[in-house]
Amino acid sequence: MIVLNDIHKSYGRTQVLRGCTAAVKLGEVVVVCGPSGSGKSTLIKCVNGLVPIDRGSITVDGVSVTDKHTDLPALRAQIGMVFQNFELYPHMTALQNVSLAQIHVLKRSRAEADARSEQLLARVGLSSKLSSRPDQLSGGQQQRVSIARALSMDPKAMLFDEPTSALDPEMVNEVLEVMQALALDGMTMMVVTHEMGFAQRVAERVLFMDGGEILEDSPKSQFFANPSTERARQFLTKVLSH
Amino acid sequence: MNDFDWGVIARSWPFLAEGMALSALLVVVSTAGGILLGLGLALMRRSDHAFIAGPATVYVTVMRSVPLILVLFWFYFLVPLVIGRPVGALASALVAFVLFEAAFYCEIIRAGINSVRAGQTEAALATGMRRSQVMRLIIMPQGLRAMTPLLFNQVIIVFQDTSLVYVVALRDFMTTASVVASRDGRPTEMYTLVAVVYLAICFSLSKAIELYGKGRAR
Repeated sequence: MIVLNDIHKSYGRTQVLRGCTAAVKLGEVVVVCGPSGSGKSTLIKCVNGLVPIDRGSITVDGVSVTDKHTDLPALRAQIGMVFQNFELYPHMTALQNVSLAQIHVLKRSRAEADARSEQLLARVGLSSKLSSRPDQLSGGQQQRVSIARALSMDPKAMLFDEPTSALDPEMVNEVLEVMQALALDGMTMMVVTHEMGFAQRVAERVLFMDGGEILEDSPKSQFFANPSTERARQFLTKVLSH
Repeated sequence: MNDFDWGVIARSWPFLAEGMALSALLVVVSTAGGILLGLGLALMRRSDHAFIAGPATVYVTVMRSVPLILVLFWFYFLVPLVIGRPVGALASALVAFVLFEAAFYCEIIRAGINSVRAGQTEAALATGMRRSQVMRLIIMPQGLRAMTPLLFNQVIIVFQDTSLVYVVALRDFMTTASVVASRDGRPTEMYTLVAVVYLAICFSLSKAIELYGKGRAR
């Protein structure tokens, strides 16, 4: 479904990604973890072309992200993305946030879009918050709206960039539960996260990154039981110790 | 106090009103035209292509570096030389004001656009919107809130600047008042009137900005 081949990316003289190769199969949930600054977020933003790459190739469902002739907006419409800081549109209600791209990208009528948005907001447990503005919602609620917004495009795959990192601890689970339900429904997911519990419950495979490289790409059981690199072992000791 | 004759204001009112009408016309035209042209310049300056952003940057820098009075002169005296026929004082003043103010409106609009977090653009692009849609649906509505006080502020400055049109022999409110002042020998009365009127208009505009700011903070 998602194929990354030898991705290189530099910001000025800082090399952020050094030859990353990975793939996510249809229906698979892959967790990307690693210390801060290891390039995880940059990698996931390359998948839908939000970050242009210097070298390598990326395809999503057979369509090249890096090809100049690819209609990037059309491709992005098929890939949902959820951000660390939610990035809901502050000047719109929850319902409008979810309906906007359906109306302007998928060209659904407002009534059609709103009906779909109501369904999705119900699915993430927010039926009572349709007309709330983002600043009236808790962080966990905002992130669930933003998941609904991504789902509103009926995406083929979902990208999550540290979806729980900006949340208060007591709100982390409500978001993880929504994500877990999505995974059970068979959604293809690539998730950058420090939530190792989520990885253990939901992921099929774990990618471990450090210094712009993918050091491990293993099935979850193998990654947690017996990581093959020393750095992954150290990382696991630190994040699992509490 | 016996020496004051406030009746001079009532007697010269139609003439003063003409001046006020010209000031108002200049403010309205230069605000509307300046914001439109300024928006265009702001979008050009944001372009990734140097041949689009460059000219806009040069234009804005030059216009912001010269005094308005010079721009008024240029258009009144130089443009007729170039095109070979007179343009007329009013037309040249209107054009000069629009072109001059556009540079300032450009910077205000640009600051408003830049005040919106980059993540908003990323999130909107990720849903498949095109850049123009992101600008219109996500960035502009948020940027507008940030730039509104500054836009109002600029309107006040334009209103005060309209008095400069006397250099191309036009009569705005300030100029008409000064004509009456010397014709009737009543400078104290007339300049007091001018001060009070400017104060009233600019003060109420500032007050409006303040109230708008408070409304937003709520």
